[in-house]
Amino acid sequence: MKQNNMLAMILAGGRGSRLHDLTNKVAKPAVSFGGKYRIIDFPLSNCANSGVDVVGVLTQYESILLNSYVANSGRWGLDAKESGVYVLPPREKADSDLDVYRGTADAISQNIDFIDTYSPDYVLILSGDHIYKMNYEKMLAYHKECGADATIAVIEVPFKEASRFGIMNTDETGRIVEFEEKPPQPKSNLASMGIYIFNWKLLRKMLLADMKNTESNHDFGKDIIPTLLNDGKSLYAYKFKGYWKDVGTIDSLWEANLDLLNKNNELDLNDRSWSIYTEDVTTLPHYVGPDANIQGAFITQGCLIEGEVKHSVLFTGAKVGAGAKVIDSVLMPGAEVEEGAVVVRALVSDGIRVGKGAKVGDAASENIELVAKHVKGVE
Amino acid sequence: MYKAFGIINSSGKHIWVEGMQTYRPISAFSFLGRYRVIDFPISNLSNSGIDRIQVYIRRMPRSLVEHVGTGRHYNINSKRGKLQLLFSEDSTEHSLYNTDIESYLENLECIETMRHPYVVIAPSYMVYSQDFGELLNQHIESEADITLLYHSVDNAKESFLNCNFLNLNRQKGVLSIERNQGSVKNRNIFMDTYIMKKELFLELIRKAKSLSSMYTLSDIVNAVCEDLDVRGVSHRGYFASLTDFKSYHDANLSLIDFKTATSLFDNNWPIYTRTNDSCPTKYFESSNVKNSVISNGCLIEGTVENSVIGRGCIIKEGAVVKNSVVLPTAVIGKNVTIENLVVDKHAQIVHAKEVIADPQHPGYIKRGDIM
Repeated sequence: MKQNNMLAMILAGGRGSRLHDLTNKVAKPAVSFGGKYRIIDFPLSNCANSGVDVVGVLTQYESILLNSYVANSGRWGLDAKESGVYVLPPREKADSDLDVYRGTADAISQNIDFIDTYSPDYVLILSGDHIYKMNYEKMLAYHKECGADATIAVIEVPFKEASRFGIMNTDETGRIVEFEEKPPQPKSNLASMGIYIFNWKLLRKMLLADMKNTESNHDFGKDIIPTLLNDGKSLYAYKFKGYWKDVGTIDSLWEANLDLLNKNNELDLNDRSWSIYTEDVTTLPHYVGPDANIQGAFITQGCLIEGEVKHSVLFTGAKVGAGAKVIDSVLMPGAEVEEGAVVVRALVSDGIRVGKGAKVGDAASENIELVAKHVKGVE
Repeated sequence: MYKAFGIINSSGKHIWVEGMQTYRPISAFSFLGRYRVIDFPISNLSNSGIDRIQVYIRRMPRSLVEHVGTGRHYNINSKRGKLQLLFSEDSTEHSLYNTDIESYLENLECIETMRHPYVVIAPSYMVYSQDFGELLNQHIESEADITLLYHSVDNAKESFLNCNFLNLNRQKGVLSIERNQGSVKNRNIFMDTYIMKKELFLELIRKAKSLSSMYTLSDIVNAVCEDLDVRGVSHRGYFASLTDFKSYHDANLSLIDFKTATSLFDNNWPIYTRTNDSCPTKYFESSNVKNSVISNGCLIEGTVENSVIGRGCIIKEGAVVKNSVVLPTAVIGKNVTIENLVVDKHAQIVHAKEVIADPQHPGYIKRGDIM
C-alpha cells in the first residue's frame, strides 16, 4: 500500500461451470495451469510484481482449497509488513443478513469495511480467472495521467469474435463513450478484460447506492460501469498488448496450455523479470527414461516419462509409462498414463489414471476430451 | 523430537573437490539438478523432528547462507525451531588451526545453552537419508556413549579415498577410526555421523583442544574409543560421499536410475530445497532426451543422454550432452558435443565444438567460463 496507495480486490468466487468436472470440487481460479501453476497465480504474481501489496481475494464457490491456497501470502512474496493476501468469503454481519455475494459489485460492497481500513486512493478490481502478465502500475500511471474517475483495461480482439465480449466504444482520446455487453453488431473491437481501476471515494459512493438499488444485478459490467457513464464520469480505456486468455472452457484451457509450446508465445513464463510465483512443491526434478521420446513439450518437476510425449503439457507428478503415447494433450497434476496407453487430444484431470493399453481421445475430434474418471486398462 | 539438537559439520581440510570447491563449500554444491548437498542433512534432521539445527561453515559462506536463509523451506517451525549458521572466525583456507573443534569452541556458548540432552552430528558433504529419531532410540537403548553411523562398501580400493572407516569388533564396538588408504576392498566407511550426550560432546571438544590444536572431532573420538563405549550402526539405502571430483560426478549420474533414486528419495521422507520460481522445462521439436534427470526452467533443443541438467539450462539445437552434470543456468551451444563433464554454474560452451573427457577422469568447466 505504501508504494502506490492502490489496493487490489480479486473476484474469485465463480465456479466456471463450463469447465465441467474440473470445477466440481474447486473454484475456477484454483484450476491448475501451465504445468505448475494455478490460474490465480497470474493476477497475484502480477500484483506482487507491480508493487500492489495488499490484495483481497473474494471467494465463494467451493472455496476450501482456494482459501487455504491464497492465504499463504509468502508464495507471492506478499508477506512483508503491511502487505498481505486476505481471503474474503461472504460473512454474517451484525447489521444485515446477507450471506452470499449477489454479484461482482456486491462482493466489493460487502467488504467496504475491509478496504476502508487501508483508506487507499485507488482500488484495482481483478478477475481470478484470466491468464496474462500485466504491470498494473503502468495502468495506474495512465489512470492518473488521464485524470480519470475509472480506467478499464481493454484488449483488441478480432471483430468477428467481438460480440462475445463486453465492448468499449471510445473517442479519439481513449475516453469511453459507450459500453456494450456482447453486442451483435460491434462498433469497436476493444474488449473489456475485467480489470478496473477506480478512485476509491467515488466507487465507495457508487457501491453504497448500488446496494440499496433493488433493480440492480450488483454487477460491474451491467450496473456500475453503465451508471458511471450515464452520470458523465470520465472513464478511460487502457489498451493492453500481449497474451490474455479467459480459460473458461475445456477447449480454451487446453489451448492456453498448448500455447506455451509456441516458439513466439507472448506469455513467456521463462522471463525472470516478471516471474509467476506459485506453491513450492517438494518433488524430484523430472525423470526421463532410457526409451522415452519427447518432442515439443512443457514438463515440470515430479514427472516420470518412460514413453512418448508429443506436443503436450505435463503437470507436477504426471507419469507416462513405457510404450505409452501422449499426443496433443494435457496431463494435470498426478495424472498417470500407464504402459502402452494412448492419449490424444485430451485433458486428463488431476490424479486420473489411464490404464494399461487403454485409448482416450481422438485425433480428428473437434472438441478436446476431458478425462475426469479413471480409465480401465485393456488386458 | 525434543531430545536432541542437530549439528551439521563442514568438511575437513583433508577433503578437496578439485575445481568446484574453489567457489563454495561442498555443502553448497548443486546436486541432482535442483538440490544443494546441504538439503539432505537438514531435511533428515527436520524430518526426524529435530528443529534446532546448527550449521557450521568453515569457509566461503555466501552461497550457503543465501540458500539456507532462515531455514523456513526446510519445514522447521519458525517460532519453536531455529536454524543457526555459525562461522569460524579463522576461516582462512589453509590455516592448520581451522578445524571443526576450533569452530565448536568459538561457538561454545551456542552449544552449552541448548536444552536438549543429546546431539546428532551429521556431515554436509555426504548424501543419504536417515531417520535420526530411530537412530537416537537405538543409541539410548544400547547405553553406548557414542554411536557412529557407517556404510559397508566393497569398492573402498578405488572409492571413498578421503573418507575414514570404522575398525569394528564383532559386537560392532569401534576399535579405531582410520583413513581409507585404498588398500582393502571391503570397508565400513564412516559417515561422519555421531550421536552422543551433549555433555560428553562438550567434554570431548575441550579435551581435544587440550591434547592438540589440530585435532578434529573424529581424531578425539578415535583417541577415546578404548575408554568409552563407542559403537557403529550400519546404514542402509543410498549413500554417496562427495569428497573428490569424480565422486561428485558419479554420485549425480548414479541417481539417474530411477530405482536407485527411490533408495534415497521416499514420499514420506521429503528432501526440501529453496524454490527459485523457475517455470517448467520446454522441449522443442528437435529435442532428443534419454535417461536423464531434468530440472525446471530449461530450454532443450538438442540431445541429452545419461545426464543431470540443473535449473534454467539451455541446450541448443544440435548440441549433444552425454554422461555429464550440467549445473544451473549453463548454456551448451549449437552443435557442441560434450561428454563426461561437470559444467559449473553460468558456464557457456559455445565456441568449442567438442569437449570430451575420459569417463575415468571426468572434466570440469569453470563457473561462468565462456568456452
